[in-house]
Amino acid sequence: MSIVQEPVREAVPQGPLKTPFYPRVVKLDTVNQWHEWKGYSSPDALYCADLEYFAIRNSTAVFDLSPMTKYRITGPDALDYLNRLVTRDMAKVKPGRVAYAVWCDDQGQVIDDGTIFHLREGEYRLCCQERHFAWLQAATIGFDVEVVHETDEIAGLAVQGPTSYSVLSTMGVKGLEDLKPFGLMHVDFQGVEMMISRTGFTADLGYELWIDPGKALDLWDALFAAGTDYKIRPIGTHALDLARIEAGYLAPYAEFLPSDETVRTGRSRSPLELGLEWLVDFKKPNFNGRRALAEEKRNGSTWQLVKLDIEGNKIAHSSYIFSNSKAKGGSIGFVTSATWSPVCKQNIALGTVKAPHGKPGDTVWVEIYYQREMHWNREMAKATVVDKPFWFPARRGATPPGPY
Amino acid sequence: MTKNMDSQYDAIVVGAGHNGLVCSALLAKAGKRVLVLEANEQVGGAAITREFAEGYSVSACAHLLYQLQPEVRKELKLATRLVCEDMTTIALGEDGKHLRIKTDSVEGVSDEDAAQYRDFRKRMTRFSNLLRKYFNKCPPRLGTRDFKDLMTLGQLGLDVRMLGKAEMESLLRLIFMNIHDELTERFENPMLKGAISLDAVLGTHLGPRSPNTMMTYLYRMSGDHGRSGIPAGGMGSVSNELAHAARSAGATIRTSMPVKRIIIENGRATGVETESGDRFDSLMVISNADPKTTLMKLIGAQHAETGFANRMSHLRAKGNAAKLHLALDGLPTIEGLSKKDYAERIVIAPDEHYVERAFNPAKYGESSPNPVIEITFPSFRDETLAPTGKHVMSAVVQYAPYGLKGGWNDEAKAAFMKAIIDTLSKYMPDIEQRITASELLTPADIEREFHISGGHWHHAELSLDQFMFVRPVNGAAQYKMPIDGVYLCGAGTHPGGGVSGAAGRNAARTILSREKAA
Repeated sequence: MSIVQEPVREAVPQGPLKTPFYPRVVKLDTVNQWHEWKGYSSPDALYCADLEYFAIRNSTAVFDLSPMTKYRITGPDALDYLNRLVTRDMAKVKPGRVAYAVWCDDQGQVIDDGTIFHLREGEYRLCCQERHFAWLQAATIGFDVEVVHETDEIAGLAVQGPTSYSVLSTMGVKGLEDLKPFGLMHVDFQGVEMMISRTGFTADLGYELWIDPGKALDLWDALFAAGTDYKIRPIGTHALDLARIEAGYLAPYAEFLPSDETVRTGRSRSPLELGLEWLVDFKKPNFNGRRALAEEKRNGSTWQLVKLDIEGNKIAHSSYIFSNSKAKGGSIGFVTSATWSPVCKQNIALGTVKAPHGKPGDTVWVEIYYQREMHWNREMAKATVVDKPFWFPARRGATPPGPY
Repeated sequence: MTKNMDSQYDAIVVGAGHNGLVCSALLAKAGKRVLVLEANEQVGGAAITREFAEGYSVSACAHLLYQLQPEVRKELKLATRLVCEDMTTIALGEDGKHLRIKTDSVEGVSDEDAAQYRDFRKRMTRFSNLLRKYFNKCPPRLGTRDFKDLMTLGQLGLDVRMLGKAEMESLLRLIFMNIHDELTERFENPMLKGAISLDAVLGTHLGPRSPNTMMTYLYRMSGDHGRSGIPAGGMGSVSNELAHAARSAGATIRTSMPVKRIIIENGRATGVETESGDRFDSLMVISNADPKTTLMKLIGAQHAETGFANRMSHLRAKGNAAKLHLALDGLPTIEGLSKKDYAERIVIAPDEHYVERAFNPAKYGESSPNPVIEITFPSFRDETLAPTGKHVMSAVVQYAPYGLKGGWNDEAKAAFMKAIIDTLSKYMPDIEQRITASELLTPADIEREFHISGGHWHHAELSLDQFMFVRPVNGAAQYKMPIDGVYLCGAGTHPGGGVSGAAGRNAARTILSREKAA
């Protein structure tokens, strides 16, 4: 026996991590389709993506968003820090409110988008799909602020759909009737503080619940017990992605690449090119990308994000976009996300086209390739550029929400 | 904060270092209403003469003039009187057999080495002439379609090509190289290699085997091919002359006026606030301070964008050269030197390995037990500096890392002082008895006294990743900070430090031509 004592090391997790809800999710999983999301296993689908999607639109869908990256931002300069970081004016986001925001590098190119929760006075949480600690840390230079990565310390569930309000009320959440879209509140869940925000990635009535991982399973159980009569269903990423395209929401690696991961010039996008000009507040004297964006605004953008309503029913996956049916003059852009929208009964897509193409009301043509019994066919489908999200029901914003 | 009446200026220059003075003088000559605010009592920054012991004065930081650009002399009509010029470098040998190194010849080495030296110098002259041309221009921006930038870039390419194929290849090979490799290829004499190594590394945090020390050597030679001189009255005379030029052109210079901050309002500079609470307005603030101090202390990093602030925070600017001043009751004895040799530049760098070994501890935050030293006796030809019959020794001593482990406390300074005196004593056995007073300025002292973050004489390490197009960092390499109304004109900008005036002149010219274009 060796007399040298081995140092005690914390075991390094091997393979994909399991979220706090994993034991419950995996029990309901019947198809075993998973992917990796920032180190965690996350389901593509749990029984059938199409049916899961209908839970979002018709009842209540539950999505485990624990792998969502979370940073806690505190300190005397937290507001100033965020105001320099993101393009919108954070001074307007009061405690108890949530803001959708986008942040850029010095060249005005989007690094990522996400939501910023003003938890309590001067205390913020930034949520996004990707990891950005190095950038957020670099951004602290000159500010009295602390940025803490807290992804693993908070379990998160998206509870989305018309009956979600009823489910949560049944579960015993009080005061939810007054919570407006992009509002947040702290409630007690079995003796532990739970944060509820009226946010989501679906453009439907819905909430996100944030809780200590130790209480995750209890929350899941309570939620599903309360939701039985309201057709509560767990969902995977595919169903969620369908809903977000209907909402016209952007996804990194689809509508844009995080600019720090692009190598070639011109492969990143600015907020102006992504239809997010409403998020860029030039009245702020300084924020990352301000100079570059002001110049872009003067000189015009290269790209323009478009929402397309396409004729026919063939999905325009990755299609080239043309200004005319004969494809004359070469393509003007391409589709970045496409789907058949079950709820709108429309063939829809998000895409990127060269400005000044892509104004609302413009007609463009998408080149769709589809396969029929091994043979490939090509179709030029007419598409209209639309302004509004494809799906944005009144119930999403109704306060108090309807008791569906 | 009191607002001064009559406090509106076309340009405010923060710091009356020699570059700040050159810049102010040129702007004032162009008709600008210029205010220069200097923190210290004297103008000149690190180019000043001051008393360090009763009756003994010395150039407090920079002590040899070898880089002042002819363009600056001409445009400001400078007529600096030198008490020593075209100084010979005497490389000391312990046995009294010293080398005498001139710009294009060397005595005391083999014929082969002497021939090699002539050839080496011929090539270096060709290269430094080429570089000198670009040291006196605003570096072009890369990746733009701006006509002027493209022309400068094209001209640089053409000039390099016009050297001829062999010379072009040689330049492109050498510029990235370390000086040690080149010296080993050419020379045998260790003292010659040691002395040239010293020229390459003086004032930097580099050893002869560090990358791009060929470039730093060429940089040193880009003035008057390394011909050094000592101004009458010390380096302060040059600064006083520059201040006179600036004042004559109409600039106002105010000393003992430390600037607390550059006022940024609505994302642009609108003036400065001094430590005493005075406010001066100008839509143009030109900082002669080092780039890091300018952004982090004077402006505030929160007014810049993240990528830029991050790059600036990584700027390498930790000095490694100390300055030693000795008041002597007589010249020390150096075996093998004649009386008049005390007017020359004397170096202790007996071989190239010695220089590298001196650098080794500095990498780990320790000072050199066997330092390399560049020595002058400015009082030898200038009796204004010391009482009659007495002398001043002014020496640059390496290596004394800014980030010394444990910090530069009294103990650490005393230990380093002992190492220096021990080293000097090997060549000047009676030096210790001659000393009546002394002053040792470590990079930490230089930082405090001259307000240079890191105490680096180039304000930012002179290395290829902080050179030309990317000096001090990408986004500020054209003398313009990415904050409206803020400019840089100090050693941290292109081309770098040394009393050359190039940075100040380039900054002024860039500002004026920008204005013309707008």
